[in-house]
Amino acid sequence: MSTFNGNGQSIPKIGFYICHCGHNIASMVDVDKVQKYTASLPGVTVSRDYKYMCSDPGQELIQKDIKEFGLNRIVVASCSPLLHEHTFRVATEKAGLNPYFFHMVNIRENVSWVTGDKEAATDKAIDLVRAAIQRVFFHKPLVKKEVPINPDVLILGGGIAGIHAALTIANAGKKVYLVEREPTIGGHMAMFDKTFPTLDCAACILTPKMSAVKNHPNITLWSYSEVEKIEGFVGNYRATIKRKPRYVIEELCVGCMDCIDACIYKEAKYPDEFNLGMSKRKPIYIPFPQATPQVVLFDPDTCIDFKSHRCKKTCIEACDRDAIDLKQTAKYEEINIGSVILATGFKTYDAKFAPQYGYGRFPNVFTSLELERMVNASGPTSGEVLTKEGKKPKSVGIVHCVGSRDEKSNKWCSKVCCMYSLKLAHLIKEHTGAEVYNFYIDMRTPGKGYEEFYDKLMNEGVHFIRGRVAEVTDWALAAEEENKLTIRVEDTLVGVVRRIPVDMVVLSVGLEPREDASDVRRMFNISCSNEGFFLERHPKLAPVSTFTDGIFIAGACQGPKDIPDSVAQAGAAAAEVLSLICAGTIELEPNTASITEEFCSGCKSCIPLCPYSAISFKEDTKKAYINEALCKGCGTCVAACPSGSIIQNLFEDEQIFGEIEGLLRFAGIDLAGSETKGKELEHA
Amino acid sequence: MKYIYYPGCSLKSTGKLYEESLLAVFRALNIDYVELNDWNCCGATAYMAIDEDKAFVLAARNLALAEEQLKGEEEVNIVAPCSACYMVLLKTQKYLKENPADMRKVQTALYESGLAYRGKARIRHPLDVFINDLGEKEISKAIKKPLTGLRVVPYYGCQTVRPYSTFEDQRNPVSMDRLFKAAGAEIVDWTMKTRCCGASLTGTIQEVALPLSYVILHEAKKRRADVITTACSLCQFNLECYQTDIDKKFKTDLKIDVLYFTQLLGLALGIPPVELGIQRLFSAPDNVFKILEGGDHVYV
Repeated sequence: MSTFNGNGQSIPKIGFYICHCGHNIASMVDVDKVQKYTASLPGVTVSRDYKYMCSDPGQELIQKDIKEFGLNRIVVASCSPLLHEHTFRVATEKAGLNPYFFHMVNIRENVSWVTGDKEAATDKAIDLVRAAIQRVFFHKPLVKKEVPINPDVLILGGGIAGIHAALTIANAGKKVYLVEREPTIGGHMAMFDKTFPTLDCAACILTPKMSAVKNHPNITLWSYSEVEKIEGFVGNYRATIKRKPRYVIEELCVGCMDCIDACIYKEAKYPDEFNLGMSKRKPIYIPFPQATPQVVLFDPDTCIDFKSHRCKKTCIEACDRDAIDLKQTAKYEEINIGSVILATGFKTYDAKFAPQYGYGRFPNVFTSLELERMVNASGPTSGEVLTKEGKKPKSVGIVHCVGSRDEKSNKWCSKVCCMYSLKLAHLIKEHTGAEVYNFYIDMRTPGKGYEEFYDKLMNEGVHFIRGRVAEVTDWALAAEEENKLTIRVEDTLVGVVRRIPVDMVVLSVGLEPREDASDVRRMFNISCSNEGFFLERHPKLAPVSTFTDGIFIAGACQGPKDIPDSVAQAGAAAAEVLSLICAGTIELEPNTASITEEFCSGCKSCIPLCPYSAISFKEDTKKAYINEALCKGCGTCVAACPSGSIIQNLFEDEQIFGEIEGLLRFAGIDLAGSETKGKELEHA
Repeated sequence: MKYIYYPGCSLKSTGKLYEESLLAVFRALNIDYVELNDWNCCGATAYMAIDEDKAFVLAARNLALAEEQLKGEEEVNIVAPCSACYMVLLKTQKYLKENPADMRKVQTALYESGLAYRGKARIRHPLDVFINDLGEKEISKAIKKPLTGLRVVPYYGCQTVRPYSTFEDQRNPVSMDRLFKAAGAEIVDWTMKTRCCGASLTGTIQEVALPLSYVILHEAKKRRADVITTACSLCQFNLECYQTDIDKKFKTDLKIDVLYFTQLLGLALGIPPVELGIQRLFSAPDNVFKILEGGDHVYV
């Protein structure tokens, strides 16, 4: 048997299949013509058309032909490879042929769906098919690599999403490292009083999960810690975690708070972060009663001893367990993990950027998060809703969509604000009996029991005024507006501009990506959508995966989400991680690049270009080296290499040139000379 | 750096005092300026509403002239103190940048008179120049008569900041606040900074315009302000000259001084009132003089 392209492969026997895709392709492309034309091309042994190539009979057709005619190349012209490349590769492999002898031509998304001109469509289909036929001549058998998966998991963020994912994975018997930036886990949910629409007490349903995390033998909880560095690839990541100093030895502290009582500051003096500055704390503190871990920490910015070293250190004397260590420094932990879940959450819109609503200017304008703390029994007012003057408000206005659905700030709907505004309206009415006005653009209450909750609120006598609030102001036009805040709004249902005087205004602030979301994105090599939330691999079919294998996302870091949705995503991410772990190994696509060492000049041009940090420099040989497990086959280095020493599987020069020749010949340019089969093979 | 001063029509007529005070302040602060040669009307809102193409040519001609006049300079800064001019020039620049087809039309028209607009000119408001080019430090150094004890409510009006301003927050501008803080005044914060004064409706539909001016004056009074400072000829005129009508209509006694911000800044810089056009005001700013020691009462 004569050899072909020097690789010891036999002369190709190509099987070509064109799919009708029902009417999707066949109504625009003359499949019969394409099929007949392709049959005449050199190397093509079988050419067929079929209604649905992706169906079982369609796949069996290929397998039967491989066996019967000894086909060694398969080309299918159908939809996008994103959809069915895998299907056909598996079918090819089942018939005993290396799956990389299969090639797919997209004549649906690239041809039939984008034109109304049948003739042009058919011509283009022929064009693309011919290129593919000429390309597969040069295909080589490739083997997928298998790498083992480290079963340990890193979860970033100890909000409800991170907690739920951690417990799910840990309960399956796998080891989890839960890293939280704040001194306690619990996230935003720990700040809430009640949850919509059931009005469950947030703490009652959250704190059991928090202590379960703390006590779980499979979970290592590192609070007050951040990821410094991560490297590696799916199944084999290595991370460095920075554990910030609390100046208290976590293992010794039992959270008795004797040190806090003993602090030389008799009164709390500094704004309490957990209560958003509405109450005070001492330099040594615990964020809130159910904080997990129940360990105190020092704030070096406010503790006298850190500033002047002249404190009597009554706190140290008070601690029976000698847990206080003012000389503590940051600790670094290195861990090996196989997969990561990012559940880093969100931040709320800074209402100061909407100056027309007077936040920061008028003392009785609050954000919704501040009100959540206020209605919470452990909050700054012990659950009382009070104005800054310390009185119960008689009327409260809740302004929706502050930092949401706004051309000037954030264009997106924050999804949770309508519902939490309803909840706050209910709680304010319950706590104070005040008249409550909701100013909304549209009420968005999709969700189980949500619309019913809205209905309940309307029956409770909460007012709903449809219109975006123009401004919150203290200028009074009438006597009843004096010494009040007046909300100016166009009531779009009545068609008039209204002025509604209230004692207190609550701004329903929207949800935003965290400030450092893009740093995290870079560190973990994933993408962000335009608004800055982490981007999922597919909005519908891969909602918790990212474009980096082994890195998953859950909760509001992916987009605004309420608690049920965050928990659902956390469960989904945990399932994805467990599926990886249970597989034990992962197959890596072989379309990777590799260096031909004898041609590599060691110029290092390729190294900074690689978006996946897959290329390193071997100092001993002075050559570049590509880690196949990290390489995604983007081809950037191949194009950049000045000495042409990088080769990419499935995109080798001769394969690409073959494809180009096929295209150009259609355009009337014949690079290969005459059309005879013999010549064509000779050229190859 | 040399600034091109583009007065526009109103600073040569009803806003004469704005021009006098602005240029006096420029001189006192050593800001180098030269008036734009052969300038024309910016088109204001009236022209823009009737024929945009011609309005853009009118405005662009001024920008082209400025570029021509400062040929060879690295930067062309054109200072437009009138808020309508400022807004129209900015609008023209933005619109022509975004619509190449209209840009070609405008260039063709300009070419007829031997001009070309290169998009180089930077359109600046005097507040922008004072705060961002000069800075508060320089200003406070130059202050000779600090405005100590004077309660100032800065009033920006609509067009200075909306919708195209390049140097200010559109809903809560602060440059004038910063300027007078640097001059030693006590700044009174309020929510009326960018509310409409009624604009030209005072001349046409008074029942709409007067309440608009009223709430501004009323709120300033309620906050015990001594003076309202404005950056627009129309705002200054409406707020100052209709006080009697408003008092009659709303049964109030709203007497409050309304000065151009350049006039008050000029007083703080120690410029004689007569050079700041104070005598051209409809009512003497007694309050301001009473509080600023050493000031002369000037009556028309």
